Amino acid sequence: MPGTLISFSPTAAGEVRTAPRRRGVELAMLAFAVVLVITADVVVDATFNDTVSSAVWTYGAGFALIYAVAHVAVRWLAPYADPLILPATALLNGLGLVLIRRLDLAEAADAQQDGQPIPAGDAEVQVLWTCIGLALFVAVLLIVRDHRALARYAYTLAAAGLAFLALPAILPGRFSEVNGAKIWIRLAGFSIQPGEFAKLALMVFFAAYLVQKRDVLSLASRRFLAVDLPRGRDLGPVLVAWGASLLVLVGEKDLGTSLLFFGMFIVMIYIATERTSWLLIGLGLFLVGAYAAYFAFGHVQERVQVWLRPFDYRDDQGYQIVQSLFGLGTGGLFGTGLGGGRPETVPFAKTDFIIATVGEELGLVGLVALLVIYAIIVTRGFRTALTVRDSFGKLLASGLAFTLAFQVFIVVGGVTKLIPLTGLTTPFLSYGGSSLVANFALVALLLRISDAARRPPATPPPKPPLAEAMTEVVR
Amino acid sequence: MNRPIRRVALAMLVLFGLLIVNANYVQVFEGDKLRTDPGNTRVLLDEYERQRGTIVVDGRPVAESVATDDKLKYLRRYPGGKTYAPVTGFYSLIYGATGIEQAENDFLSGNDNRLFTRRLSALLTGRDPRGGNVVLTLNQQAQAAAVRGLGDRAGAVVAIDPSTGKILAMASTPSYDPNPISSHDPSSIRAAYNKLANDPADPLLNRAINARYPPGSAFKVIVAAAALQNGRNPDTLLDCPQAYTPPGTRTALHNFGNESCGASKVTMQTALTNSYNTAFAKLGVDLGQSAIRSAAAGFGIGTGDTLQTPLRVSPSSLGDIPDTPALAQSSIGQRDVALTPLQAAMIAAAVSNNGVLMTPYLVDRVEAPDLTVLDTTQPKELSTAVSPEVAGQLTQMMRSVVQRGTGRKAQIPGADVAGKTGTAENAPGQAPHAWFIGFAHQNGKQVAVAVIIEHGGNSGSETTGGEAAAPIARDVMQAVLTSGGG
Repeated sequence: MPGTLISFSPTAAGEVRTAPRRRGVELAMLAFAVVLVITADVVVDATFNDTVSSAVWTYGAGFALIYAVAHVAVRWLAPYADPLILPATALLNGLGLVLIRRLDLAEAADAQQDGQPIPAGDAEVQVLWTCIGLALFVAVLLIVRDHRALARYAYTLAAAGLAFLALPAILPGRFSEVNGAKIWIRLAGFSIQPGEFAKLALMVFFAAYLVQKRDVLSLASRRFLAVDLPRGRDLGPVLVAWGASLLVLVGEKDLGTSLLFFGMFIVMIYIATERTSWLLIGLGLFLVGAYAAYFAFGHVQERVQVWLRPFDYRDDQGYQIVQSLFGLGTGGLFGTGLGGGRPETVPFAKTDFIIATVGEELGLVGLVALLVIYAIIVTRGFRTALTVRDSFGKLLASGLAFTLAFQVFIVVGGVTKLIPLTGLTTPFLSYGGSSLVANFALVALLLRISDAARRPPATPPPKPPLAEAMTEVVR
Repeated sequence: MNRPIRRVALAMLVLFGLLIVNANYVQVFEGDKLRTDPGNTRVLLDEYERQRGTIVVDGRPVAESVATDDKLKYLRRYPGGKTYAPVTGFYSLIYGATGIEQAENDFLSGNDNRLFTRRLSALLTGRDPRGGNVVLTLNQQAQAAAVRGLGDRAGAVVAIDPSTGKILAMASTPSYDPNPISSHDPSSIRAAYNKLANDPADPLLNRAINARYPPGSAFKVIVAAAALQNGRNPDTLLDCPQAYTPPGTRTALHNFGNESCGASKVTMQTALTNSYNTAFAKLGVDLGQSAIRSAAAGFGIGTGDTLQTPLRVSPSSLGDIPDTPALAQSSIGQRDVALTPLQAAMIAAAVSNNGVLMTPYLVDRVEAPDLTVLDTTQPKELSTAVSPEVAGQLTQMMRSVVQRGTGRKAQIPGADVAGKTGTAENAPGQAPHAWFIGFAHQNGKQVAVAVIIEHGGNSGSETTGGEAAAPIARDVMQAVLTSGGG
């Protein structure tokens, strides 16, 4: 894409230059993100209470502090890291906090009118999770000093990831089921979605495994109908991944995670082997799986029916999506302004449907801007994959970037009725600790790889004195 | 590995492009449809969020919004209650709005463009925007007299200022209390509405403009107008047989109570004064259908036009008149002739106003929340019903009705009153409707009125219609003439 902000061409190999660290850019952009977030919070307060409460400044200061710490950590631990990823993350995370606080205010107002006790706000909890996320972010940068070291723990991580993924399915419903989806581990008042962490662990494993096996997977093949087909025994891993995805679907009724994992695996195998045939095989398996799932599971059929004709089910199964569409439509081009709409009308407005809140209050303009911010992180991720020198790093960075992009597509597409609705969180924006913390780890990994990608070679070989130089043949 | 990475990255950007295109479709292309979908409670909640304007009669609110502490910020209240319900209508969470609440909704809710600059300034100054006020033409004393006069009988009263077309009274009974239907509690709203909707007396019907009745003898004013326009005068002698059998039938028409005219020929004025059916039936047949239709059209009957006051008025009509016997019956206001009480009042108003019929209207002016007047309705001529000369002759004859005929109960000391009674047969076995239409002048002020009491008469005598309806007309006219306003 020449002439655009985003370019995928790596710097010419072997070009020696003193790579700029661009930490100043990151700091400036972070400051900009903090100002935007505080402004948004002020608008919410002004619209809702006609005054700006002191809470805004407490939140603002806390938020600025969190990202100041993150910035210092990056400066210290990954000085060459990409300068745009962290500010974009900060903006999304901050906007998420503002929206959750805004929905808290609406819930409190409703409760007050109905004479119910005012529920504890979720924004405070989300701030706490942000702090935990920050701690994990720093920990990942601190512990993983070289991303290639992760490849050594590939099988350990795979085992842990699978165990995490399978745990909710095995646990009895009262420990694992929330709103019909068995994707939780609930213990002592805490609930985590292990799938979010399993996602990262399995991605590291995929990257390591595929780098190891890429020669076999890409070279040994038979040609059939102008397509290079892999040998039967090499299909094993794909089938395992496919089976695992279906198991997730069956055991945990979680359409979104199932789709995300399968897509992640297929794309990574495609990148590793550079073989289009893997994409075709993946697509074929997806169609078979989707077809089988449609007829085997009532809830899949229901989702598809509701997707096709939501207004026929407006009072029952289609209620959520219809309310979401009402919110989006009411928002129109410029939105009602923060605090000016009624996003609380949409069920799960803080989690699965937070995008509907964005569309209602910030309008199409706000929603598109939000998607552009995601696109910035995603393209910076892919750029990292292109520039980093080692195969494992390339594969892991593409996997991370792809997963983020695909998850955003599944969620936003579902909420805006582009595709059937599946329950996934909107990265950095939705209320929910597991998702936020896991995505902080994702960003830390991405920054770690980009640091490696942009770092000049550790010790550039000193130029030999002319006298000792080899005689060169001048052509 | 770079080539597939680039491809995947590009594919992701394409997916994001799809999301953006789809968001455009949902938010902009389909936006209006989704915004206005009846299932979208946002618009409704927003309407309740804003203080709706007041409907005002003589400086007092008959419908107003008061702040509450429940989820819908403002509650609609009707201090005018049953008296004004046929005009104000209700404003319901479930059943929508009716009456002025519906007709002037844009203005009351504050969405009207005439309120645009005020909305903008409210936005800039941070005050909550409010709806505009609607000031009605109604006269409080006249409206009260009308409702009091009707009492617990079913019927309607309309009073008009003939010189402007201002509707001074619009009463319809039985009426209803709009407060419960406009409450915030869905179950009590439903209960109240269902009770009214299932009531056989039909209290939700505004009889003044949406019920049509046979006018009976009141229609003789139209036939008289047709005669005056066709060369007759009040002293023209009409055949007045004991029984009149129109050509083409063997069924004879009689006067009320089979009364005799006292002579074989009487003047048209005498025939109107005593409301002789045989004379007017024969007069109508002699004039012919087109003369009657043309005279009626001048008063707005049978034109097919739908008046908006701004409340929609059911069109009045003469119905089909296929043959001479039908014409004879129609000439005494029976058969398929059907007038709304408002239309009946318009007949009297046109005669009172030298033959010029003004467009009747209910909204005098609309005001911004700060009471500055944004728009005042200008009186508009609807048609010239009859020439000033014919109007004068009609006035003379109708004055005689009140002075010495069937309408004596409408006399007001010190005022010049003219009118016509009616006793309209409707359904077999049912008492006839009692009518009075008329007008009064005093000290340069004038007022026209129409009163109907359903089944309020007695088929034995024409005077019974006058006995029942004329006193109400008198009270309403007197209320207008003695009140300070117009």
